[in-house]
Amino acid sequence: MRRQRTGDRLIHTNAQRAASGRYSAARLILEGLTGHRGWSRAWHKASPRQRYRVVIVGGGGQGLATAYYLATEFGIRDVAVIDKGPIGLGNVGRNTTIIRSNYFRPENVGFYDYSLQLWEGLERRLNFNAMVSQRGTLNLFHTESQRDLFTRRANGMRLLSVDALALERDAVKALVPLVDLDNGRYPVLGGFLQPRGGTVRHDAVAWGYARAASAAGVDIIEECEVTAIRREGNAVRGVQTPRGPIEADVVCLAVAGHSSQLAGMAGFRLPIETHVLQAFVSEPVKPVLDVVLTYGAGHFYVSQSDKGGLVFGGGIDGYNSYGQRGTLPMAEDVAAAGLTLMPALARLRVLRQWGGVMDMSMDGSPIISRTPLSGLIINCGWCYGGFKAIPAGGMATAHLIARGEAHPLAAHLDLERFAAGRTIDERGLGPFPYAH
Amino acid sequence: MLRIECPWCGLRDETEFHYRGDASLRRPDSDARLAEFCTQTYLRENRRGWHLEWWLHVGGCRRLLKIVRHTDTHEIHAVGHPQDPLTVPMEAPAP
Repeated sequence: MRRQRTGDRLIHTNAQRAASGRYSAARLILEGLTGHRGWSRAWHKASPRQRYRVVIVGGGGQGLATAYYLATEFGIRDVAVIDKGPIGLGNVGRNTTIIRSNYFRPENVGFYDYSLQLWEGLERRLNFNAMVSQRGTLNLFHTESQRDLFTRRANGMRLLSVDALALERDAVKALVPLVDLDNGRYPVLGGFLQPRGGTVRHDAVAWGYARAASAAGVDIIEECEVTAIRREGNAVRGVQTPRGPIEADVVCLAVAGHSSQLAGMAGFRLPIETHVLQAFVSEPVKPVLDVVLTYGAGHFYVSQSDKGGLVFGGGIDGYNSYGQRGTLPMAEDVAAAGLTLMPALARLRVLRQWGGVMDMSMDGSPIISRTPLSGLIINCGWCYGGFKAIPAGGMATAHLIARGEAHPLAAHLDLERFAAGRTIDERGLGPFPYAH
Repeated sequence: MLRIECPWCGLRDETEFHYRGDASLRRPDSDARLAEFCTQTYLRENRRGWHLEWWLHVGGCRRLLKIVRHTDTHEIHAVGHPQDPLTVPMEAPAP
């Protein structure tokens, strides 16, 4: 009863919204000694007001980070984040939690390494344990031409002062003893390690940003679906929801997976197809893998969570789909690649399997951009790489909203790049989203 | 697992096929403006519902098929030859 009363008071008193207090070891001990009755909601449950300066549609990683940086970096606190369901249940809660910046294209290295730098200071800044673990990401190579490709990529990163190391077979064996180095078809020749890469507890990212944004004055409104984009001529005026209209000077869409539907409401189309990506987790086992490992001869990547489960995934299912569930052929493909790489995995049972819907863009790169509708900003097209980019994506989107011009590290992510022939095609695959 | 009724080979598993994208797109005339080519190359309806699409039967007859499939339920409504004027149903089935 006492906890409930405390909660209600916090819900309804705006001035006390920051009263959830700092988290610390001392407080944990204190609460432990007093029955954990002093904890309150991590973020304030807001009801929509009639008007905000900025409305962000989508309470995922990108939307919440955008709101947080708007409030804390750019001083814009009159912000609402609205989501059709509870926050954090989309792709931010469905990914394989990997962070890295081991890209080939210099624009990508710059942007994703900025994100990695923000991850490095994030927990202190948010006062939230997001379990950022820089255990390293190791990409294996299996042919001489693949070695050349990875060497070129690593050298490109080093030229930009980003960490990258080439490992020979012996070093790979020492790092990941379960890997079958002598596979008959694809023997492991070596690896490409980014020591600063790693994993982050994904749900904690959504919760940490939500808590910090709420404390900074942002309204987080759950269970509030956008049913229409309100416009006046060529300018956005707000959004329509079942809980009434909400006016806004700027509306930002951060709804990866369903960006085309929201853009459709605003009257334009996007260079995006929606595809399903699956992920899997095994039963928990003792520590067997302390890096993020990527197979070079098939689509398979794996890391071990702190609970001991092996978290792994592969490629997209391969055809347009909004079904937030995976299909069996790709599950079999991922399992086959995993067993080829680490035969010992055959002894493990898969505990859970799930799917999320991705904005697969036409060049495999994200979009942070103005749109044909004035005042409407879009953050979309993350393909399956949005999680690692949450801090930089949020910062760049907030910059675009607050300053009216693109963040210097994200200026190349505009929508106009397609018509202008400036696509950022990391793998050189062409305008075929199902191939990225 | 999708099961696709190939007009040439009969009912086969999806693993024999490769997806080849939106089949509702029309290539602009060769003298069309650049903007029209950009639209056709990059912009997509990306429907949540019935979708007209190309599939290549790589593990079978290696011919291109035109298929009407639902992007939510994955139900296949029709499979035809590339030149078939397949139409997309108006009503989406209950998921």
